[in-house]
Amino acid sequence: MGSEATLFYLFGAVAVLASLLVIGQRNPIYSVLLLIASFGALSGLYVLLDAPFAAVIQIIVYAGAIMVLFLFVVMLLNAPHEDTDYDERTHPLLRPGPMRFGAVLALVLIVELVWALTKGSESGAFAGGSTSSVADIGRSLFTTYAFPFEVTSILILVAMVGAVVLARREEQ
Amino acid sequence: MNSVSSGTGIPLLVAQIGLTLFVFVALLSSAAGMVYVERKVAALLQQRLGPYLVGPKGLLQPLADVIKLMFKEELRPRAADAFLFALAPIIAATCAFAAFAVVPFGGDTTLFGLLPERLRLQVADVNVAVLVVFAIASMSVYGIVLAGWSSNSKYSLLGGLRSSAQMISYELSYGMALASVLVVANSLSLTDIVNRQANTWLGFLPRWFIFIQPVGFFIYLTAGIAETNRAPFDFPEAEQELVAGYHTEYSSMSFAMFFLAEYVNMVTVSAVATDLYLGGWQGPFLPESLGWIWFLLKVGALLFFYVWMRWTLPRYRYDQLMRFGWKVLLPLSVLNLLATAAGVLYFGSNLGL
Amino acid sequence: MVTLNHYLVLSAILFAIGTAGVFVRRNLITILLSIEIMLNAVNLSFVAFGRALGAADGQIIVFFVMTVAAAEAAVGLAIVISLFRHRESLNPDSFTALKW
Repeated sequence: MGSEATLFYLFGAVAVLASLLVIGQRNPIYSVLLLIASFGALSGLYVLLDAPFAAVIQIIVYAGAIMVLFLFVVMLLNAPHEDTDYDERTHPLLRPGPMRFGAVLALVLIVELVWALTKGSESGAFAGGSTSSVADIGRSLFTTYAFPFEVTSILILVAMVGAVVLARREEQ
Repeated sequence: MNSVSSGTGIPLLVAQIGLTLFVFVALLSSAAGMVYVERKVAALLQQRLGPYLVGPKGLLQPLADVIKLMFKEELRPRAADAFLFALAPIIAATCAFAAFAVVPFGGDTTLFGLLPERLRLQVADVNVAVLVVFAIASMSVYGIVLAGWSSNSKYSLLGGLRSSAQMISYELSYGMALASVLVVANSLSLTDIVNRQANTWLGFLPRWFIFIQPVGFFIYLTAGIAETNRAPFDFPEAEQELVAGYHTEYSSMSFAMFFLAEYVNMVTVSAVATDLYLGGWQGPFLPESLGWIWFLLKVGALLFFYVWMRWTLPRYRYDQLMRFGWKVLLPLSVLNLLATAAGVLYFGSNLGL
Repeated sequence: MVTLNHYLVLSAILFAIGTAGVFVRRNLITILLSIEIMLNAVNLSFVAFGRALGAADGQIIVFFVMTVAAAEAAVGLAIVISLFRHRESLNPDSFTALKW
């Protein structure tokens, strides 16, 4: 349908542009907010892919919790603007050291990934019908994937305890 | 959606757009009405008169407030981040309104025969509606934390961080109370949940979820009050404390947007509580197409409860507030969820009732 | 007509942007944000494939990836905070104490 393609390109463009700005601009608070915008666009893409559950938990978990954590840390540390010890006017491919490597790597990576991912399927069209409801997801999560589910609960516990211990001030 | 039009009726698309506009205007009016109700009820509780000069019985007081706010000077601190300073009230107000988009407030109606087919009184019928409300509520934290940060003032930053920490702490109990209702109702769609609360037990007791989940209702309402930063959980805004918290540096229409966002959030929390626990638009004596009258009555009762709480209970101190959220409400909500799950496992869905 | 390949190309582009961010940026928090971009790109691939195969597994894996990302972000930020307390800087180049 025409509207689906329009929405895909719109959300895709927002996601790519926001991600480029996240890595492209100096102020860390703007980076966090732009990443939230990117997550919103991805959430829209999930809705287009008939995955409303993934879309909503993307907003709840990523945009609503993890990014709040990032924002708190940026604000509490009063993260300074990144100091520029390189010439800002030169192209990333010409800057010294890791930046050149990173830019070249990204370009090579895009080409490789696009080639690898589109090589497989013939037309790559989507299967019609058969979308899964939240009830299906829940049923599968607690039967087939029950073990990873329990393991992630231990993972979160470990992360919580670890984060508290690491960020605690040393008692003199 | 197709615009079906019969010979004598309104096309469905027009009705949908009209419904969206109607909900928007209704939320705005309800916020204005809440201003009046709050001041009148506060006055009655404190044995004084409240607004009585402007308009008959002071009914035009909200209008006077809005006009006053519009004429105030729009200030911005020089060292404030201009873009974020302007963005924060927009985020707060937008999330407040957007959350109401998935809340159904009436049964199918044909607007007294004008429409070609039945129209659900809900702007967007999503079948993960409960999660959408939760998601948008968790986005409204950003309005507050950005307001605190971008004002570039100590009081605002502390107030903003405290408010947002409070909001994300109470979101956990909010979510668990929602999950308990989901376990009983077996569906994420608000319309389904309301439809499950139709009919009565023994002929007179309506099948509302509040009777199956009384603790859950208490938890939900308490977490909702804390989420909307209302008393007794409004420490960050307390006048004697951090001046005015995250909206210290705001004036005129930006301040009005925060004000508006707070009242619309109250209305949304009350509306969702009505749909989840009090049976939504179900009620005796009225046909389903007039169910919105019952909805209004129930939401009005909950809003009165909100105002009553504000002017009756003393304010929690910030550490008491956080302790209550984490050490009392969260374990209680987890136990509620476990008990509900055990009950559903033993008695079958809807607890066999 | 939007096919699976469209989504996979978009996912590849986002992943590459994230990788570039990890190399190019000299700020610990922005590096963590770039890692989140990479994880999201992978999530998009999972959901796209799940839709293409008509299975719920795509969304379930996304659920687990999000959980892992949350845990990793929490611990990573705790490490960043304790590093900042030592050096007052978020530039990874200032943490060279273990270099020969």
